[in-house]
Amino acid sequence: MKVLVFIESDEGKIKKSSLEAVSYAAEIAQGTVAMVFGVLESSELNKIGAAGAKKVLHVTDSDFEPSNIMAVSTAIAQVFEAEDIELMVMAKSSLADPVSARVSIKMDASLVSNVTELPDMANGFTVNRSIYTGKAFAKTKLTSDKKILTIRKNTVPIGENGSDPEIVVFQPNSKGSDAAVKVLSQEKTSGDILLPEADIVVSGGRGLKGPENWGMIEDLAAALAAATGCSKPVSDMDWRPHHEHVGQTGVKVSPTLYIAVGISGAIQHLAGVNSSKFIVVINKDPEAPFFKAADYGIVGDAFEVLPQLTKAIQVAKG
Amino acid sequence: MKILVCITHVPDTTSKISFLDQDTVFDKTGVQFIIGPYDDYALARAVELKEQLGGSITALNVGLAETEPTIRKALAIGADEAIRINAEPKDAFFVAHQIFQVVKGGDYDLILMGRESIDFNGGQVHGMVGELLGIPSVSPVMHLDIAGNVAKLSREIEGGKELLEVALPIVAGCQEPIAEWKIPNMRGIMSARSKPLNVLDPFEDEQKTVVENFVMPAAKSGIKMIDADNVGELVDLLKNEAKVF
Ligand SMILES: Cc1cc2nc3c(=O)[nH]c(=O)nc-3n(C[C@H](O)[C@H](O)[C@H](O)COP(=O)(O)OP(=O)(O)OC[C@H]3O[C@@H](n4cnc5c(N)ncnc54)[C@H](O)[C@@H]3O)c2cc1C
Ligand SMILES: Cc1cc2nc3c(=O)[nH]c(=O)nc-3n(C[C@H](O)[C@H](O)[C@H](O)COP(=O)(O)OP(=O)(O)OC[C@H]3O[C@@H](n4cnc5c(N)ncnc54)[C@H](O)[C@@H]3O)c2cc1C
Repeated sequence: MKVLVFIESDEGKIKKSSLEAVSYAAEIAQGTVAMVFGVLESSELNKIGAAGAKKVLHVTDSDFEPSNIMAVSTAIAQVFEAEDIELMVMAKSSLADPVSARVSIKMDASLVSNVTELPDMANGFTVNRSIYTGKAFAKTKLTSDKKILTIRKNTVPIGENGSDPEIVVFQPNSKGSDAAVKVLSQEKTSGDILLPEADIVVSGGRGLKGPENWGMIEDLAAALAAATGCSKPVSDMDWRPHHEHVGQTGVKVSPTLYIAVGISGAIQHLAGVNSSKFIVVINKDPEAPFFKAADYGIVGDAFEVLPQLTKAIQVAKG
Repeated sequence: MKILVCITHVPDTTSKISFLDQDTVFDKTGVQFIIGPYDDYALARAVELKEQLGGSITALNVGLAETEPTIRKALAIGADEAIRINAEPKDAFFVAHQIFQVVKGGDYDLILMGRESIDFNGGQVHGMVGELLGIPSVSPVMHLDIAGNVAKLSREIEGGKELLEVALPIVAGCQEPIAEWKIPNMRGIMSARSKPLNVLDPFEDEQKTVVENFVMPAAKSGIKMIDADNVGELVDLLKNEAKVF
């Protein structure tokens, strides 16, 4: 089976979730091909090899902006043809959703998103995917010859032992109509760990009383090299930016560790975090529903517990 | 401005999910169904745009007769008419083809959807419909304004947003803060009863995925409580059990 992996980067760095997609593909078949857009150092491209790809197709033509849904989809379809691809794997992201959908129509492929395990190929090609916002899974068979998967974070470990890949500049043919979509600008925080990419997330809720108290959350996040998140009311009140809002109607995360501070644990919040491997809840109310979904809990006042915890972690990490 | 809003009929966000017949059928017993929350944002923005620009809103659902109360709610919130394609939605590919058949002759300027359904969470139907129609699709959309025949949008990206301009027609997958959810008022509810709800036969089409069975997540093994004065114990657990550092 010939496998293609679509790679995303952020601020010149290959996303970890994309490297995970490469390692996922390498578990399925030899000779994985990866495709990446935009300006990147060769040291970054080599990481794709280390994760398991043999060949990297690098699109450097600036007409194919890395975040342009239309142009990226057009280019991927051309690689599908040129390389006789049977399966494409990509990390679930806000770009992967629309791109995978468009490519699935172009290639007449079966598409399944939110995949949580390697495929079962004993009898066809069946994957497990998360549905009902993490409340259940569906074993789903892909019935077309061509297939596309978007995988959820923490599905397989990232490989590090592959060799440097063959790097080839790939020049797709532009499709005039793709220029209809003009990306004017991006507004984005820089230097932060991206929430969907993070191994550890520290999240704050209404219990923190106001945006001026977020320093405590940021300090704990910094000590753990974590991303920061929040509950919906917190972003609704503009205490925090919308892209930090976690839950049913926000970002769904599946980190190794999720720390919830001053969040009650409404079912809509839990829906976005219940695939985390470990959950820590810090809440002053022993009856807060979040404790039922947690692995470790502290009943206490966040304003007292957080500074102590941050300090203890700094000490433990040396 | 001719706007189509595609709505899903999905279990309320507080529903307990369970399955019947050896985990092959969703158990609807006691489940309250709603318009998908993201579709609700799309509909709310459609109502605002219609107030600004004039025009009409059509709500569309692919589903069996059971979805009609949900469709009536969309009419109460502000859609002028509705279409139900009478088929059980088999997968995103199937649904996208059904929507495509209705849209292709319809001259819609704007096709608004939710960024994803909250049952199968695919995030796929808008991109598929855009590709089938050969028009741009943008998702997840946080802001949407119309100036002449150009849509000005912002799309969420990891860590921020991106500003875009696209000539109409387009398909957009919507999410907050595009608009505030609207609650139907009495007049809306009364008028919804007499607004047209046209039922169409499904268009023949294949599906490309098949659910073999559903699986419930493994239960948590139980919580370890730690004394607030002893955060060191938590640090040990994080280090030695969760192994995060
Ligand atoms: C359709 C729909 C979709 C939704 N989607 C989402 C979503 O995606 N994400 C989301 O988060 N919510 C969502 N919600 C809202 C959700 O129902 C809850 O209202 C929300 O999650 C509550 O946020 P919170 O826990 O921060 O606030 P609260 O429920 O007010 O909880 C605050 C908590 O802080 C604790 N606390 C107070 N002071 C302290 C202190 N000093 N130290 C420690 N703890 C303290 C309190 O005991 C309490 O448990 C949705 C709701 C609906 C209807
Ligand atoms: C009884 C029953 C059984 C089902 N079984 C399956 C199954 O086995 N496998 C499966 O994949 N799906 C099944 N579904 C269908 C599922 O409800 C979705 O409609 C479909 O899978 C598309 O989901 P998605 O998550 O990919 O949509 P997304 O791509 O996440 O949806 C994005 C947007 O597209 C629009 N949209 C999606 N679905 C519809 C629709 N039906 N009508 C109008 N607009 C829509 C909405 O605006 C939505 O916000 C079943 C539904 C029912 C009622």
